[in-house]
Amino acid sequence: MTAVTPRGAKPQKALSPRNIMLYGALVIFSLYYLLPLYVMIVTSLKDMAEIRVGNIFSAPVEITFQPWVKAWSQACTGINCDGLSRGFWNSVRILIPSLIISVSVAALTGYVLACWRFKGSEVFFGILLLGAFIPYQVLLYPLVIILRELGLFGSLWGLVLVHTVFAMPINVLLFRNYFVALPEELFKAARVDGAGFWGIFFRIVIPMSLPIFVVSGIIQVTGIWNDFLFGVVYTRPENYPMTVQLNNIVNSVQGVKEYNVNMAATLLTGLVPLVVYFFSGKLFIRGIAAGAVKG
Amino acid sequence: MTHSISIKDLTLSFGAVTVLEDLNLDVGQGEFLVLLGSSGCGKSTLLNCIAGLLDITDGEIHIQGKNVTWEEPSKRGIGMVFQSYALYPQMTVEGNLAFGLKNARVPKAEIATRIARAADVLQIEPLLKRKPAALSGGQRQRVAIGRALVRDVDVFLFDEPLSNLDAKLRANLRVEIKRLHHTLKNTMIYVTHDQVEAMTLADRIAIMRDGQIMQLAPPAEIYNRPVNKYVAGFIGSPAMNLIPGQLDAADQQFDTGLGMSISVQGYEFTSAPITGPVWLGLRPEHVLSGQMAQTQPVQLDAYVDMVEPMGSDTQVWAKIGKQELRFRMDGQAEVAIGDTVPIGFDPARLSLFDKKSEARL
Amino acid sequence: MSSARRARDGARPPIRLLRNLSSKLAAIPMVLVGLGVFVGGTIWTIVHSFTDSRLLPRLNWVGFDQYERLWSTRRWLVSIENLAVYGIVSLVLTMCLGFFLAALLDRKIRFEDTFRTIFLYPFALSFIVTGLVWQWILNPDFGIQSVIRGLGFSGFNFDPLYNPDLVIIGLLIAGLWQGTGLIMVIMLAGLRGIDEDIWKATRVDGIPIWKTYIVVIIPMMKPVFVTALVLVTSGIVKLYDLVVAMTSGGPGISSEVPAKFVYDTLFTRQNLGQGFAASTMMLVTVAIILIPWAYMQYREKRQ
Ligand SMILES: Nc1ncnc2c1ncn2[C@@H]1O[C@H](COP(=O)(O)OP(=O)(O)OP(=O)(O)O)[C@@H](O)[C@H]1O
Ligand SMILES: [Mg+2]
Repeated sequence: MTAVTPRGAKPQKALSPRNIMLYGALVIFSLYYLLPLYVMIVTSLKDMAEIRVGNIFSAPVEITFQPWVKAWSQACTGINCDGLSRGFWNSVRILIPSLIISVSVAALTGYVLACWRFKGSEVFFGILLLGAFIPYQVLLYPLVIILRELGLFGSLWGLVLVHTVFAMPINVLLFRNYFVALPEELFKAARVDGAGFWGIFFRIVIPMSLPIFVVSGIIQVTGIWNDFLFGVVYTRPENYPMTVQLNNIVNSVQGVKEYNVNMAATLLTGLVPLVVYFFSGKLFIRGIAAGAVKG
Repeated sequence: MTHSISIKDLTLSFGAVTVLEDLNLDVGQGEFLVLLGSSGCGKSTLLNCIAGLLDITDGEIHIQGKNVTWEEPSKRGIGMVFQSYALYPQMTVEGNLAFGLKNARVPKAEIATRIARAADVLQIEPLLKRKPAALSGGQRQRVAIGRALVRDVDVFLFDEPLSNLDAKLRANLRVEIKRLHHTLKNTMIYVTHDQVEAMTLADRIAIMRDGQIMQLAPPAEIYNRPVNKYVAGFIGSPAMNLIPGQLDAADQQFDTGLGMSISVQGYEFTSAPITGPVWLGLRPEHVLSGQMAQTQPVQLDAYVDMVEPMGSDTQVWAKIGKQELRFRMDGQAEVAIGDTVPIGFDPARLSLFDKKSEARL
Repeated sequence: MSSARRARDGARPPIRLLRNLSSKLAAIPMVLVGLGVFVGGTIWTIVHSFTDSRLLPRLNWVGFDQYERLWSTRRWLVSIENLAVYGIVSLVLTMCLGFFLAALLDRKIRFEDTFRTIFLYPFALSFIVTGLVWQWILNPDFGIQSVIRGLGFSGFNFDPLYNPDLVIIGLLIAGLWQGTGLIMVIMLAGLRGIDEDIWKATRVDGIPIWKTYIVVIIPMMKPVFVTALVLVTSGIVKLYDLVVAMTSGGPGISSEVPAKFVYDTLFTRQNLGQGFAASTMMLVTVAIILIPWAYMQYREKRQ
């Protein structure tokens, strides 16, 4: 009944050939994108016997949470068998300070570049942006040396510093572009009102910029959580983040492969960014679109 | 008494672009000065220099006798009102008004008194607890004025404060600003490119062009005796007729070469009359027609080309010989395309400009 | 006294260096990171690529030896070839697919948010997670191959991760799955930035939709395409985690990539000079792609 009621903007009938093709294409693509998530979930809920005889796309006959428990607390990396939980907590301990420091530094730098330019500030900004295009491999070893000189190599704080450094170009760009778009007269009014560099930053700019902080935060949470390379290079095995530990668990050559445990572990590792993604929705999109398009 | 604001040889460049060059300007105590000029001529830039929002390249700025060339904006004793209102969106109206005072560490009780006074003057008491987003354009601009008001300063700077408002509100607020100036009697510098605002508000108008002040004079003087062709064309609506032609100094005769030849006897030359090419400026409203024309020293016949009735008056596009001329007739006058109308004017109200230098003769 | 001093201060320009001091102090991290890490680190790596550093960096010059050795190493040649193939195919497919999906979403469809969420969520996941899932799906004994064989097509073969000739396809399937969402979002933002009136005008002129896209819309979106291109390219050069998770470079060395070559050379084979030479080559590759782009941007700005 409702389907045939004309709808203001769309004069086409619901089942026009155009719509069938359009939605058909969308659904087919959706299947490609959803398939891995589905496979991960069903595999992680089966036991090994069922996996061996069955089909990876079939739903579990008997749901078991044993693989999840095992992945979290018993899976082995090398000789350690205390599961992914250790990697999870390492990642949390890396994430929180990295997030706070990298976002603060980027916001402050963006503020300088947008509101308090000085002679040469644009040049430094240009250099910083170039940094975004330097392959990490070029800087891997120099950073090892810098961290060693600072006595931070192998520690969590070393990794925090590395994340802050590599996050700077894109986040500074993001903040700068956002702050530049704030009305300039507001900034002038605040100066006439006697607010200085910090006063304007904390009292005027930050309260107006919540969305961009969220956006930058989202980029940082997913980026830091998903990092693999820096985790491998700059931390010792006992500090390995979750991604590194996950890879070690799944790709370890010893022992019988437990695919259900592997998929549970994989899902567990993907959970944090997925939760961030699903809850932030539009802001996530806005962040990547803003960071990319305005560039 | 010293000047309220005194600017000496001010130069300001953005890199290679010089926006203001060797500009001098003195503003008297309690004077209402309007900066008028077309877009991009440097009005805002000049205002920002006075406010200390731009670091100047060269020159000096004195406010109330104190050299403030390098002083912080907040310590110059100025208040500023912007075109976009520039209210802090996350603060209430009260917070907006208090912000500057808190930064200056004014005691709480004092802040409250000053806000109450400003709110009373501007009639914004009911709005104090609201956020700017919940205000109309006119209310916002009132709050913005209030923010300058509470600072208790000697000098107010306005940068096109009414441009974002619709015509009716603009007229209302214009009157209010004039009243405010009358009550407070502090110095005001007001940037606009609206001539009506300039003429109605100003004690003196500074006409700017390309970073220079062309003429600085009271409105009537600017209207009646523009110093050059640019000012003449800029002020007045509809614009002044500017007619090219030859001036003969000996018999004070002006000839367009297109069939219009008149005597300029009675014109007050500021310099010695010349013989040579000139511009003749004649304001449409200074042309009288019909019966009245006969009272005027110069009388001509105009062939009507085009008529624009505006209600209160009618604009006529006419030809004298082949020379085009625009003038105004009474709204009730009956005139049609193709008519020939007798017109007349007084050479004393003309303007003559040298063709080359465009300066007033 | 103090007011007299202030008056004098106001009359005199402050010392150049101290003007805007807080701002300059706040810019220190940027300067340190830009000059110290990005510029300094790059120069350091390039300089050391001309030495015979092995376990530890040292300045014992050997000219272009490291580069000569590098270009006669089979593993490096395979890496470069893989990167080129993966790069070109993934670039073309990502752009086409990204634009196609964006165009679909831009047709004023219902459930737009849902579809967009579905297409973009893989972008939130790490390459490690991506690689491991697809490794499982492409597993010949349990994954797609076995399922299709189970349907009766017993001769069906699809085991890219175990076949040196197909392994890049395996990587591409996973890489596209993860990365197209981003490009789709960027393209969608570009499409949304196009004036509605353009669509109305073409409708009035009776131009078919597909033609409007090709003749009108795509040329208008040139800047968006360029941005997307730069993003995808710089992402491709960094390709590392996905390979580690999916194949570890195998089977054999058939899915090695430069980023992995550098990491292995630096940290497991401890042949620093060689690693630096390889990473310098990566930098050169990026520069070759970026310099024309930067030049274009610069010229556009000047106009
Ligand atoms: N930051 C800047 N860098 C370079 N040039 C500038 C800058 N700000 C202003 N200008 C230039 O200085 C000139 C004067 O600008 P200004 O804003 O003072 O004009 P204005 O008279 O206020 O115009 P409007 O009536 O449009 O507000 C313009 O040509 C403008 O392009
Ligand atoms: Mg202006």
